Amino acid sequence: MEKILEVKNLKKTFYKNKAAFMAVNNISFHMKKGECLGLVGESGCGKSTTAKLITHLVTPDSGSILLNGEEILGIKGKRRKQFYADVQMVFQTPQDSFDPRCTLGDGIMESMINHGVKRREAKQKMLELLRMVELSQEYAERYPHQVSGGQCQRAAIARALAIDPQIIICDEATSALDVTVQAQIVELLRKLQREMGLSLLLICHDLALVQEMCDRVLVMYQGSIVEEGTPDEIIKNPQQEYTKILIDSVF
Amino acid sequence: METSKVTIRQQKIKKDFTKQKCIVLTVLVGIVLLMAIFAEYIVPYDPYAQDLSNALQPPGGAHLLGTDRYGRDMLSRVIMGGQTTIFSSLLLVVIIMVVGTLIGIICGYSGGKIDTVLMRISDIFLAFPGMVFAIAVAGVTGGGVINAVVALACISWPKFARIARSQVMTLKQSSFVAAARLSGSGTCKIIFKHMLPNIAGPILITGVLDIGTMMMEIAGLSFLGLGAVPPIAEWGSMMSNGRSMLQTSPWVILAPGFAIFITVMLFNLLGDTVRDVMDPRRNKK
Repeated sequence: MEKILEVKNLKKTFYKNKAAFMAVNNISFHMKKGECLGLVGESGCGKSTTAKLITHLVTPDSGSILLNGEEILGIKGKRRKQFYADVQMVFQTPQDSFDPRCTLGDGIMESMINHGVKRREAKQKMLELLRMVELSQEYAERYPHQVSGGQCQRAAIARALAIDPQIIICDEATSALDVTVQAQIVELLRKLQREMGLSLLLICHDLALVQEMCDRVLVMYQGSIVEEGTPDEIIKNPQQEYTKILIDSVF
Repeated sequence: METSKVTIRQQKIKKDFTKQKCIVLTVLVGIVLLMAIFAEYIVPYDPYAQDLSNALQPPGGAHLLGTDRYGRDMLSRVIMGGQTTIFSSLLLVVIIMVVGTLIGIICGYSGGKIDTVLMRISDIFLAFPGMVFAIAVAGVTGGGVINAVVALACISWPKFARIARSQVMTLKQSSFVAAARLSGSGTCKIIFKHMLPNIAGPILITGVLDIGTMMMEIAGLSFLGLGAVPPIAEWGSMMSNGRSMLQTSPWVILAPGFAIFITVMLFNLLGDTVRDVMDPRRNKK
């Protein structure tokens, strides 16, 4: 299978009170087309920063990111907009990821309108997307604070799907939801991935979820990737000390 | 159960009361504004016509609030002065709100050197005793209402810049701004569509609360002779003209004084109530 996303030697240092903190330390990995890649690790190990680096929300110190073999780091303006048509993200806290003064429908349509889709067509597609994520049409008129976390996260997934991206990054997309809703969202993601051939980067700290969903797992610890393999390999036969601790803490 | 029902009911009554208060104050402020807009048509006498044979008449009779030392009708002058005072303070508040918010947004959004430079400049203005600086500016640029407005605008914008900046800095970290960026929105769209509506509330409230203060400062500058130039009717300068006659004919200074008192109080009360209505958290207390 061809590589859709390739990350090479990515580095990011944050400075807090002039003390340097390596959030992401020289990581390299790749993602194949149609694959579900898991990224696990404890809080503060750099998972979310990695997601922000890939989506250009944070600028890395050095390294390179290739999308379909093309360098995408440092792109600006039109090309960056084009890049966002290929890579989308679902955030950790669903309610915060929608503008409190815009309806969910407007939030979902925004990306289509920004990419030149006419308003009426965008609305059609938006309603179709709502159906796809199993929300009724009336949710288009609701504001984020009027819906539950699970419903909001469904809308966020609809927003991510709106411009037919190739890759969706889920940054702990289920961790703010309760267990039953988590299961529904996971089921939805899996269904959509199967149907649309998406590549998913699943960032989470739930090993059971990773085992269920992912084709391949990366284990991250203190800014570095310490282990890589299929979920079964990693869970049954962990090589690194940290991975063992991580697995022992769950099972 | 019983007690909780009672509290809920009390809260509801209090909330309704706040809303009623807001409506009443809005109507009162509306009347004042209408009086200022249509001042030319409702004045009983020409506010600038001098009649020295009728000078310093006490209130009552033909002149409801008496006349000043040139025999001009005080009621007409107070109404006419309202136009100058109220509109210049509204203009001033709009100017500082727009300028301050824009600078604040630029600072909060861009950060870095631009932020540091602009914020240090605003620190300088904040550190200055405001009125003294305004007097200096008005003194250099000379009298006139517009100059007074400019002088006060120079010292008042940092407040709005600070509010807007801190709000934008918080919003910039929020995931809905990140989501907007991911949907391909440019900086302009993010600022005007997603940030501005979310920071407008606190800025508008501060603006309404500031109207009264600004009115006082404009009247103050005029009182010192740095605002409206005679013979233009303006409450501050009218008080200044009457100050030597406080013991012999107090109505000359009391009429515009009360006009300032009542109008400033109305705008301040309106500001407080608008804040209470718009911020649901305050209702819970």
